[in-house]
Amino acid sequence: MTSDTTEVRGATRTARGGHDDHDGHGGGHGGGYGGHGGRGAGYADLPGLIALMAGDEKHSPAAHSTLDALWVLYDRVLDVGPGTADAPERDRFLLSKGHGPMAYYAVLAAKGFFPVELLHSFGAYDSPLGHHPDRLLVPGAEIGSGSLGHGLPLAVGTALGLRAQGLDGPAVWVLVGDAEFDEGSNHEAVAFAGAVGLERLHAVVIDNSSATHGWRGGIAARFAAEGWSTATVDGHDHEQLYRAFTAPHPGRPHVVVARTEPKHG
Amino acid sequence: MQSTHEPTMREQFGATVTELLGRDPRTALVLADIGTAQFPEAARAHPDRVVNVGIREQLLIGAAGGLALTGMRPIAHTFASFLIERPFEQVKLDLVHQGVGAVLVSAAGSYDWPAGGRTHMAPGDVALLDTLPGWHVHVPGHPAEADLLLRHAVAADDTLQYVRLSAHRNAVAQPVVPGEFLTVRRGSRLAGVVLAVGPMLDAVLAATETLDVTVLYAATVRPFDAAGLRAALGERADVVLVEPYLAGTSEREAHRALAELPHRVLSLGVPLAEHRHYGSIPEHLAAYGLDAAGLHARIAEHLW
Repeated sequence: MTSDTTEVRGATRTARGGHDDHDGHGGGHGGGYGGHGGRGAGYADLPGLIALMAGDEKHSPAAHSTLDALWVLYDRVLDVGPGTADAPERDRFLLSKGHGPMAYYAVLAAKGFFPVELLHSFGAYDSPLGHHPDRLLVPGAEIGSGSLGHGLPLAVGTALGLRAQGLDGPAVWVLVGDAEFDEGSNHEAVAFAGAVGLERLHAVVIDNSSATHGWRGGIAARFAAEGWSTATVDGHDHEQLYRAFTAPHPGRPHVVVARTEPKHG
Repeated sequence: MQSTHEPTMREQFGATVTELLGRDPRTALVLADIGTAQFPEAARAHPDRVVNVGIREQLLIGAAGGLALTGMRPIAHTFASFLIERPFEQVKLDLVHQGVGAVLVSAAGSYDWPAGGRTHMAPGDVALLDTLPGWHVHVPGHPAEADLLLRHAVAADDTLQYVRLSAHRNAVAQPVVPGEFLTVRRGSRLAGVVLAVGPMLDAVLAATETLDVTVLYAATVRPFDAAGLRAALGERADVVLVEPYLAGTSEREAHRALAELPHRVLSLGVPLAEHRHYGSIPEHLAAYGLDAAGLHARIAEHLW
């Protein structure tokens, strides 16, 4: 199910030894991902794409904190692309942390889900790109989000639905924030998914220390207590993210806690 | 009252949905502990499609939304308080906003367990759903109607369907057609119209036995059968609504249906104020003025 474009990129990564992805943070890839029929943009292009929405080089912390995790997922982990956006066998990525969606839109545009030009319209009346994503408007968006604490329960249901249809291949991913994790609905989902061993469910928690009362002992401990497989990594280190995203976790759901600089540092 | 056991609406729900789960691999049942006793066989036969999330009602609706996103037809069930009120934002966002369908089936909506008190009463459930677009609302008055309406709701593509089951019921089933009001008794051309919803029919028929009224029966209240209401009118557009949930829930619908006519509407139902008494269903219906005697007095006063 892998698209041609992804295979080309995978080959490129292998040739480079898979070490220079995170060197590109802040821009240094020099167009390494160019030349894919105008559809593909690279990691180095993302700040420019975000600037199309932000209007200047000021990026909101929420957009920054998710950028690397989103990029590694869409570039190297998720088996989904513009051509398979409706395929039953596709991997699902649910953006639960729906505020600060600029990084998400930038990655979707970079991956060709919709034209880069659309980014200019961010937040405009007729734009499909709102300040919170709407799945009925944004090509490639699996859910509409913005109100916190809805993505994990929806992801649980998605994993259940795929399993019930015998679709054991697709992975279901959901991205939440550490402050979003305050919402009790997440804890309903974490406990249930752990109890029933929902193996195809994966969560990414972007931990920028923004939860008002914090998470004593770390967020991963909350998942581990419910039987999840866990990994906590540097949320800007592409190789760490990739390894954590692809770690085997037989019989259990898996969470990757991606730590980034504190929002109020 | 019956010499042989007739199924309750909840038992009928168990039998009907067990059959539908066996027949249609798209269907999935999501429970939050309540109601699991109705589905032992289905849970064994379809472990991937009968899911009990435990006492987690936000997850109940969220998981239903996720199931629907994968193309399944989810049926979610618990008491109305915990199906509609507690996870109301999930109903709004995880179903309606995502653009997916589901069948929500409640029990114990208004006064089914009076001894349980306010925590287990949700007479505002239908009014709450009225704040959201797209909901079809069914209020069966008999287990056989529940069977028919459940089958209809599950089969209705990817629409949003709410089926409100109750321990309160009428003695006999009506030949209901989903979405249409049924004329049960025809008055003269000068008669007013009483619309009885679901379990209120028997009391309405008893209350109006000596009155010249047309009695309509609604087992589906949303969409509201405005044409059916207008067709039942004689020379006067005087209407009484008798609903087994919050009084006035359908009043706006009635006014809209009669907007082109000079008309009067009286809305009877469960009062807004908390009723801090326990006891039985008949005691509560009497206290709300929804028994035959109470209905007779208020209908007669309004229509004469």
